[in-house]
Amino acid sequence: MTVALERPAIAAAKPARRRRFSLSAVTPYLQSAPLALILGAFLLLPIIMIVVVSFWDYDFAAMYPDFLTTNYSDVLGSWVTWKTYLNTIKFAVIVWALTLFIGFWVAYFLAFHIRTTAMQMVLFLVCTVPFLTSNIIRMISWIPVLGRNGLINSTLVHLGLVPKPIEWLLYSEFAVVLAMVHLYTLFMVTPIFNTLMRIDRSLVEAARDAGASGWQVLWNVIIPLAKPGMAIGTIFVVTLVMADFSTVQVMSGGQSASVALMMKNQMSLLQYPAAAANAVVLLVLVLLMVAGILRIVDIRREL
Amino acid sequence: MTKTTETKTGISRRSLLKTGAAAVGFAAGSGVITGFPTIWAQSNITLRQFGTGVSNLNAIADKCKADLGITLEMTATDSDAAAQRAVTQPDSYDIADIEYWICKKVFPSGVLQPMDVSKLKYYDELVPLFKTGKLTPDSVIAQGTAPHTVGYVEAQDSKTFAKAPTNWFTMVPTIYNADTLGIRPDLVGRDITTWADILDPAFKGKTAILNIPSIGIMDAAMIMEATGNIKYADKGNMTKDEIDKTIDFLIKAKQAGQFRAFWKSFDESVNLMASGEVVIQSMWSPAVAAVRSKGIACRFQPLKEGYRSWGGGLGLAAHLKGAELDAAYEYINWYTSGWVGGYLNRQGYYSANMVSAKKFMSEDEWGYWIEGKPAKGEIKAPDGTVMEKAGAVRDGGSFEERMGKVACWNSVMDEDRYMVKRWNEFIAA
Repeated sequence: MTVALERPAIAAAKPARRRRFSLSAVTPYLQSAPLALILGAFLLLPIIMIVVVSFWDYDFAAMYPDFLTTNYSDVLGSWVTWKTYLNTIKFAVIVWALTLFIGFWVAYFLAFHIRTTAMQMVLFLVCTVPFLTSNIIRMISWIPVLGRNGLINSTLVHLGLVPKPIEWLLYSEFAVVLAMVHLYTLFMVTPIFNTLMRIDRSLVEAARDAGASGWQVLWNVIIPLAKPGMAIGTIFVVTLVMADFSTVQVMSGGQSASVALMMKNQMSLLQYPAAAANAVVLLVLVLLMVAGILRIVDIRREL
Repeated sequence: MTKTTETKTGISRRSLLKTGAAAVGFAAGSGVITGFPTIWAQSNITLRQFGTGVSNLNAIADKCKADLGITLEMTATDSDAAAQRAVTQPDSYDIADIEYWICKKVFPSGVLQPMDVSKLKYYDELVPLFKTGKLTPDSVIAQGTAPHTVGYVEAQDSKTFAKAPTNWFTMVPTIYNADTLGIRPDLVGRDITTWADILDPAFKGKTAILNIPSIGIMDAAMIMEATGNIKYADKGNMTKDEIDKTIDFLIKAKQAGQFRAFWKSFDESVNLMASGEVVIQSMWSPAVAAVRSKGIACRFQPLKEGYRSWGGGLGLAAHLKGAELDAAYEYINWYTSGWVGGYLNRQGYYSANMVSAKKFMSEDEWGYWIEGKPAKGEIKAPDGTVMEKAGAVRDGGSFEERMGKVACWNSVMDEDRYMVKRWNEFIAA
């Protein structure tokens, strides 16, 4: 999303020749107009509306235009919010670390250990096969696997490895993290694979000639060059986890809270202004996180 | 989860109204008003009804069309959305099919008009629970938003609820039931007799309650009172202090790992029970039937403290007048005349007019559903699927036994917003 936003900005920022009005001077603006209009109508306008509504007053039946800060003081002044945000960030960090680790090695294997491009593409497509089903279905299908009488527990009990079913497999934070890692790893694999494929193989050879060990090549050559892919994957995963409500609700059995779930509760009770204030806070937080990632890795320069 | 069911005809509402009004005018002019049904059959009037889903059944719309010639356009929403729609879009419906606690929120805003009792053909046959709050003369009036407390207003243009029955009825009661805990008799391994049994350490990690604040808090209150920790003045209208105590108590039980899950939707509750994740939980009557239809033992366990009950009815939109208003009365009179009552009774709910409903049920059906007698033959749902085999007895027994033991009605509290806030803390804790 951010990447898409940058594009017209770059186009518009090109120094226009200022001699006199000519078609070529307005061309960049015309070229960026369709995207700008679409983003303006479907992204910017709704966000502005959310910000406006977040200051309104409400009761069970209606919203009243107003300028109140109580929605924000309610959101920021409650320990529930802080605890929920911390919980959501905790999920984001754990899921990010796991997807980065798994995603990098899958991409590394595809990029460096598979010889032919055809085979690389075939295996990459295999990775995407699960995405042909809805992610709700992929998530829910964990329930019969992890449940008290599920596949894993009945196998373990049957083999006599555990005396009674393991309870924490389902409706727990473990289940939430497992489902999220399962759902989001591919978002890490794709951009990292993309950057790894662009690495000039002669750099690796040069490093070897200079006497670097396998780990040194990985650490000093490949990982630094893969950083833009990791950053893009990180943005995907972090924003997805921060905005998730269905995975947390279903896999924790309603035991655990997430920011988006809190908003959903408020909306189902028709407390739209409160939910809007929450959305603004979340948006600011996620934008700060993305800005932080972009500060560490300059995606534009390295792409 | 907002489900929308609409039954529509090809002709626009406006044209229907015009023809309807013209037909009534013609009929009045020629002096042929004898019985309503014939007139509506000629004029094809349409009524728009919205409500909370349980009684928005297509079978009712079809039968209404066949019997009265009135086309029903039905829209189903969840209860919070229904309350909002009733108040904010009063012109978008003719009939409001809402629960009594929603009526308490909505009626004072003036979007509904009270009904003239003398125009209700079956008023005298309605169950007294909705008039005096007592099923039998010696019953105790239950806590919460009991239907009779919001059932009447003082005058036609009044918005304040009357203390005793008057000539002006806010809603005609249609459907109601008594809820309790559902259990897996094969897995609990002992008799369940009280709401407090859900806190038994033996069931640690095998219980669930529902995560819909306004109803969940009532179940929590039933549980908490059953443990003897607190005595509520009115469970349906707690003070801030009572809310705090209840929520703190829930948080403690949650952190001790007593609950396996908190469900939000009907199918979640069915799956939790059917998969054995949970052996005792808050449940709704049709969910128990759904678990049983999978061949899994499940019981809607009567408990000594009594039931948590809910009830809904039909209200008239304030904008109705003339021919439309007459059609709405005709529809309501038809609704209480028996066919619908029999249909609802056969689904395991209760009809507000038992006298007329009885005429539309077989002796065996009446015996099983209402009198609590063992079924003589197979008991079938309205769609023909077998619900119970011969010999089965309904959980909780007869109508009098079940509805006579209501401890509390679903309700809306004065401290509603505070309660929701604290409930969210419970879920986050």
